[in-house]
Amino acid sequence: MNFSLARASLIGEADLVGISGERAICDPRGVLYFPKLELLAVSDLHLEKGSSLARRGALIPPYDTGATLLRLQAVISDYQPAVVISLGDSFHDGGGAERMHSSFRERLVALMAGRDWFWVAGNHDPEAPADLPGETVRELAIGSLLFRHEPSKVRVEGEISGHLHPCARIVQRGRSVRRRCFAGDGGRMIMPAFGAYTGSLNVLDRAYAGLFRLETLMAYMLGSDRIFAISRSMLRPG
Amino acid sequence: MTEQPRLADQNAAVALPEPFIRWFGEKGWSPRAHQIELLARAQAGQSVLLIAPTGAGKTLAGFLPSLTELAVRPRRKPGQAHRGIHTLYISPLKALAVDIERNLGKPVEEIGLPISIETRTGDTPSHKRQRQKLVPPDILLTTPEQLALLIAAPDAKRFFEDLRYVVLDELHSLVTSKRGHLLALGLARLRNYVPGLQTIGLSATVAEPDELRRWLVSQNPAGEMAGLITVAGGAKPDISILDSEEHVPWAGHSARYATPEIYREIKRHKTTLLFVNTRSQAELLFQELWRVNEDTLPIALHHGSLDVAQRRRVEKAMGENVLRAVVATSTLDLGIDWGDVDLVVHVGAPKGASRLAQRIGRANHRMDEPSKAILIPANRFEVLECRAALDANYLGAQDTPPLVDGGLDVLAQHVLGCACGAPFRAADLFEEVRTAAPYASLDRPTFDRVIDFVATGGYALKNYERYARIRLNKDGLWRVANPRVAQQYRLNVGTIIEVPALNVRYVQAGSKGSASRGGRVLGKIEEAFLETLTHGDTFMFAGKILRFEGIRENECFVSNAPGSDAKVPYYGGGKFPLSTYLAEQVRIMLDDPQRWKKLPEQVADWLRVQADKSVLPKRNDLLIETFPRGNRYYLVAYPFEGRLAHQTLGMLLTRRLDRTGARPLGFVATDYALAIWSLGDMGAMFRARKPSLAALFDQDMLGDDLEAWLADSWLLKRTFRNCALISGLIEKRHPGQEKSGRQVTVSTDLIYDVLRSHEPDHILLQATRADAGAGLLDVSRLADMLSRIQGRIMHKNLEQISPLAVPIMLEIGKMPVNGDADETLLLDAATLVEEAMGPGPSEAGNE
Repeated sequence: MNFSLARASLIGEADLVGISGERAICDPRGVLYFPKLELLAVSDLHLEKGSSLARRGALIPPYDTGATLLRLQAVISDYQPAVVISLGDSFHDGGGAERMHSSFRERLVALMAGRDWFWVAGNHDPEAPADLPGETVRELAIGSLLFRHEPSKVRVEGEISGHLHPCARIVQRGRSVRRRCFAGDGGRMIMPAFGAYTGSLNVLDRAYAGLFRLETLMAYMLGSDRIFAISRSMLRPG
Repeated sequence: MTEQPRLADQNAAVALPEPFIRWFGEKGWSPRAHQIELLARAQAGQSVLLIAPTGAGKTLAGFLPSLTELAVRPRRKPGQAHRGIHTLYISPLKALAVDIERNLGKPVEEIGLPISIETRTGDTPSHKRQRQKLVPPDILLTTPEQLALLIAAPDAKRFFEDLRYVVLDELHSLVTSKRGHLLALGLARLRNYVPGLQTIGLSATVAEPDELRRWLVSQNPAGEMAGLITVAGGAKPDISILDSEEHVPWAGHSARYATPEIYREIKRHKTTLLFVNTRSQAELLFQELWRVNEDTLPIALHHGSLDVAQRRRVEKAMGENVLRAVVATSTLDLGIDWGDVDLVVHVGAPKGASRLAQRIGRANHRMDEPSKAILIPANRFEVLECRAALDANYLGAQDTPPLVDGGLDVLAQHVLGCACGAPFRAADLFEEVRTAAPYASLDRPTFDRVIDFVATGGYALKNYERYARIRLNKDGLWRVANPRVAQQYRLNVGTIIEVPALNVRYVQAGSKGSASRGGRVLGKIEEAFLETLTHGDTFMFAGKILRFEGIRENECFVSNAPGSDAKVPYYGGGKFPLSTYLAEQVRIMLDDPQRWKKLPEQVADWLRVQADKSVLPKRNDLLIETFPRGNRYYLVAYPFEGRLAHQTLGMLLTRRLDRTGARPLGFVATDYALAIWSLGDMGAMFRARKPSLAALFDQDMLGDDLEAWLADSWLLKRTFRNCALISGLIEKRHPGQEKSGRQVTVSTDLIYDVLRSHEPDHILLQATRADAGAGLLDVSRLADMLSRIQGRIMHKNLEQISPLAVPIMLEIGKMPVNGDADETLLLDAATLVEEAMGPGPSEAGNE
């Protein structure tokens, strides 16, 4: 079954988010899909974070890679993208790809088969992952879009990045809700972290200072089966 | 059960060395019967539990065996090695250890004994700790966490090899928590070092002394217990319930109506201690009292969130008798010595008869004079509860939470601690652990899984062998893999998990805290509360009304906001559920109109109208009322089993009602009752037996329904976080950095999700479920209730709300309804945006 078609037909124009003239679906599972380009972007997978922390004595469950790949598998099978861009920090550290359990490696390789796959270098994984197909790049320009790991300090229209793990928080009726989010101002977009063990940083944090045009900044918060677009005036720090 | 203490003067000469007799003589005192009795038993080699009320000379009794033995011990000759600790004293509070050092130091000095007494707590400087290791004092006063640390040191065995006695103070409060589990394991270790070790437990009155007597000794097939000495309570306390001339409110917890009457009592007495159940109540009462404090009496505030320095100032002023009143929470429950308190006022219901007894014991520390106390019920149900508590106190009834099996997370911590101290053989450690009362029924497979967890995380996917924290060597001994493991263990020891909280710091109004250095710290407030505040919101804290200015890193900035309109801080901690015993007493009273005569007229009248319009529940029945109101239908049940059990029941019933088509919308739970509202007519459904109430309240709801609900509950995530921290899966502290609460919370939630979907039977999830069942959910109490009411459900289908239902109906809307409403809130926010910004969010983009 070709879910991507079914899904695309369900998406009205209003559900598409504009980034520098291109239109993309912010999927509530935390990936960005450009229907015209048949391109899927995912950021900050942080594969093998569990084993990375285990090396330093925190023996947290070694199932994060499996969980992350399972979710990635689901979105890829829904959209069947021709191109996949993993926006950096795909592995939690340089040795991650090597440590990965063989069963996980096989699943990952199967996911990559038949499509163009780009590993954008991140600060956690500056080198190409060991023994895996796909092309490793510093950054990647496609049409009016520029894909890179860290958002550049100098404003670049059409830039899509990750690294900061954005989340947003609102308060309604005395209750606080915090969710991962896409953060975009129409010109650039920062993607939420996808990995099972990744934490998040509020879009109002100082780390984001100067990155967005504040008057058009929106947080696209991840709901359980839809995106909630929240304007900056509703957002709370912390 | 109680052995009759023999007469003091017969034994004094036998057991007491001469200098002690002389000292008692000089003071014009004679040793009390229980002191001599305890000494005689200890000298005969027995471990002993001493149950005595405050002011009975418990501390001196507990130390007499040590002091008399040390008094006659030959002096160490020059050149001889230093001797190890002779007596270890363990108390739940640092402050108590410091207090004892002072109180014990006095007689030791006056008798002229060559005995060194020192404290060792988290505040002890490291040079002193090191010196204590080299030259141990004779008597060391410390806390359960420090004992765990001492055991995890390589020189532990030598340090403790001369140990004779362990004195455990406030034992009743220690044993019911995870600290008690850790302590029990520590004691088992000490007994391993010193097989003849004797324990002396000091406790307030408890319901089941035998539980404590068993706890004090090594578990054995014969079921031997420590000896028991009980000192009968002193003069009966003089307790009354405030018979207010004001209208007693239907609901709420502030007791604001009684402020002028409370103030009048403060004026009539020398020093008044005012106890409340939560910190927010303390803040509110303090404010209210100062509002009417025309004579500017020195009235102070004391609770656990306040800055330590401020608390110490209050305690000092109290000791010097310069205060007229102190408003306090449970931080003052335990046996710290106070000045001349001549009145205890308890605001709100005491929630348990034992707690009431203990708090009243704070008044008048001389046991032969009656303590004086006044209870102030905050609402009508609390009037019933206070009356029941009062009757229970006169009857000498006691209730303490039942002891539960030891936590596996605590065991994991202990296993790693043991490995840090010395290599161990699994079989030996298993036998040792089973001598500790909370772990008496532990089985070997579970123990082995705990070891596996400590070593490599215990996962089915064997990925972490190379990162093991402890390893099994060829000689059959488990050893720590590297010194870093021990270092990290020492930083994370203990079972007390603090709710993430931020410092509250004064700044100039409007400064947002950005540039200013800020003023003094007032204390700490839970992050969860602060998250709901916006800049400019006001709230009460540290006895002041403050304006929220902002949060920066781990500090919350506030400014002064004089004025009367304030949000009251909500505190997660400090709410006790109604005890089982007291709940039963309330039901009995409701069932017996004769006893209503002792109630204030307006309350008795309320019950009479209830009997007229509906019915009052029989003592063993469950009353269910159904009635329409507005465009909804309501079900109100009166189980009297405490808020936690009611909350769990509410969750499960709404799931079931949803399945039967009643379309429930929400529920609210109090200590006394549970209300559910729905779109469907529940009364008609029950009468048509679709479903019948018996089926609805069937015990099988504790099976699949509970499992299904639990899996996604935030309660379980919170519990998992605690287990993860205690078991050492996640670190509380890492050398050189302190993780903020937020970071820990986020990551344990994620870990929980991943672990639950990949290895639902993991030992840590097992520990989490056991914890949640016992604590937050009160499942066992709910199970007892469901079995009690089988065939005893009384249904009243009413035209309108009954008098008994009014209090809980007033709670609706005050409490957030539990359940996953987050998405609704997000939708609200998103809809507002759409309204404000026009159609699709993409329009906001600048294309």
